[in-house]
Amino acid sequence: MKITFPHMGNTYIAVKAMLEDLGLEVIVPPKCSKRTLELGTKYSPESICLPLKINIGNYIESIERGADTILITGSCGPCRFGFYSVIEKEILKDLGYDIDIIVFDPPDGNYKELMNSITKAVNTKNPIKILKSFNRGRIILKEVDKLFEFSNKKRAFAVNSYEVDRIMQKFSEDVLKVKGITETKKLIKRTFKELKKIEVDNTKRPLKVGIVGEIYTVIEPYVNLDIERKLGHMGVWVDKFLTPSRWVEHNLTLGHLGLSEERKAWKAAKPYISTLVGGHGRETVGSTIMYAEKGYDGVIQLLPFTCMPEIVAETILKTVGKDYDIPILTLIVDELTGEAGYITRLEAFVDLLKKRREEKKFERVLSRS
Amino acid sequence: MKECYLGVDVGSVSTNIVIIDENNDVIAKKYIRTKGKPIKAIQFGFKEIKEEIGEIEIKGVGTTGSGRYLASILIGADIVKNEITAHAVAALNYVPDVKTILEIGGQDSKIIILRDGIVTDFAMNTVCAAGTGSFLDRQAARLGIDIKEFGELALKSNNPIRIAGRCAVFAESDMIHKQQLGHNQEDIINGLCEALVRNYLSNVGKGKEILAPVVFQGGVAANVGIKRAFEKALDMEVYVPKHYDVMGAIGSAILAREEVKSKEVSKFKGFEVADIDYKVKGFECNDCANMCEVIQILAEDKVIARWGDKCGKWTNLSDINLQRLA
Repeated sequence: MKITFPHMGNTYIAVKAMLEDLGLEVIVPPKCSKRTLELGTKYSPESICLPLKINIGNYIESIERGADTILITGSCGPCRFGFYSVIEKEILKDLGYDIDIIVFDPPDGNYKELMNSITKAVNTKNPIKILKSFNRGRIILKEVDKLFEFSNKKRAFAVNSYEVDRIMQKFSEDVLKVKGITETKKLIKRTFKELKKIEVDNTKRPLKVGIVGEIYTVIEPYVNLDIERKLGHMGVWVDKFLTPSRWVEHNLTLGHLGLSEERKAWKAAKPYISTLVGGHGRETVGSTIMYAEKGYDGVIQLLPFTCMPEIVAETILKTVGKDYDIPILTLIVDELTGEAGYITRLEAFVDLLKKRREEKKFERVLSRS
Repeated sequence: MKECYLGVDVGSVSTNIVIIDENNDVIAKKYIRTKGKPIKAIQFGFKEIKEEIGEIEIKGVGTTGSGRYLASILIGADIVKNEITAHAVAALNYVPDVKTILEIGGQDSKIIILRDGIVTDFAMNTVCAAGTGSFLDRQAARLGIDIKEFGELALKSNNPIRIAGRCAVFAESDMIHKQQLGHNQEDIINGLCEALVRNYLSNVGKGKEILAPVVFQGGVAANVGIKRAFEKALDMEVYVPKHYDVMGAIGSAILAREEVKSKEVSKFKGFEVADIDYKVKGFECNDCANMCEVIQILAEDKVIARWGDKCGKWTNLSDINLQRLA
């Protein structure tokens, strides 16, 4: 069995290491590229949201490299993601690929079915072995997220922010060469050390911007045109509300105990949106409020064109922005997104935030005298 | 010799070049159609403007528009600014208490909200060009009339008709339908103007608080039909500044003036760049999975700049401005 899975930001690092530890042969799809998108757009329904198109591209490119089994997660919220596994199966069937698809549907009380999928995927029935690998994979996921978070901070403070890019590029090349959890862990540690060596200017007071929105567009750099890097080079310290490790935390562990960050966002969002609207619509509103309360300079909402939950959130965010006096920029991505216009909006937004900060400082000085 | 500042706005439809003096007064301006060849457009504009102005000293240069980085490499800019900030700066120069800027260009339409002279919010059209100048260009071509007469004709209408303006293509079908019902041309043109304004306000201006004074700028501001449609829809006076078509360039020249205050020397390469033979060559780098499209600019067959790579292998590492493109 040669197993593959769609790309979603950095999750591939943990999933790859975990499956390798369980003794499986893993084929990581090539990094998302123009070709991925072209293949996906060609074979997907025209008006479906962008993540599905990228997924299809990922599968085809992996199958070309010999993959015969696809591993995906399911969902049951009122968002099109719930249909992804079904639609994707049909598309691949129509294309004539003979491929096995294993879906990890959220248990929703029925753990037996999930267990069946898992044992099928990992080729072992030993629950201790599975749990151990899962746990170690989760730790890797967390470490990788931390590494990227750290790189974002570093970019905002570094004397030459492009050094960060160099190290992170090297990391994404090397991570495909190492095998298993132990080696991956070592590589992460090494990269951390490299990043720490970069010269920083601690007198810098970078703008702080929170990124919220639909999870796939937030964490997949190809889809969001590398927003973290772009903002970082403009001297912005970027924080993402949604990361793969937080997703796992909410959906598989802490969420059921009511302790995850997402639960806090639900609470914050309550005055504006009290129920589930699917996807991450409620979290988008809640996390925007949380960022505002933490004193962030601005918030950027990302969503794929036609994303229903985020459109609901976008409308509500206008009121939130007014109530909490925080600028919010909404960016919509799809396969036609022009990069020039995207950069223009980001630059103008950063200009706006800078001017606001200067103005506030000025006001403080005035009120003091 | 007179001390002046140069502003260049390279957009999708037009390339605008402006020279201002110490008092921010425009002493020369050029509005050139880009026609997909930004380098040629800049060079052509430089040649013309040089003949026009005679001997002056350029103290600072600013570029803006979607081709701002390309332009900054060719001519040597002191400051590169996005068009939203540039437009806001220019409008503030003419109407210091401006609260709303409506800006409609070739492919972009923007709304900029200012309070107390500071940009507090802005929006740009997304995923559709139905509320932009290209929409009008297209319909004018279809009707077989010059875009310059468009606005005047709209004013002659006294029988309003409604045209679906949600999508540029379907507006055309609706327009044909109205023609075949027998409506006269003036009414149809007025209907198109109102459709564009409706689309702009419900897409770009959605959720924004539009307060007076309102300034309308960008190439489309030449169209008196659109101006009237805006006034009707907003029920307030809309002000069109004298140099409405080159406001972006004016803004970047003003920004350049502020920029060089702290610096002594301008990076300007001189009007002679008009005579250099530039070539642009792109290639796809296949060294890693990123597969970046790398672009290189050659001046007389010598590479002067490269960008587009994510890893920085090709980009000249010493120039931060170039790297921002990557």
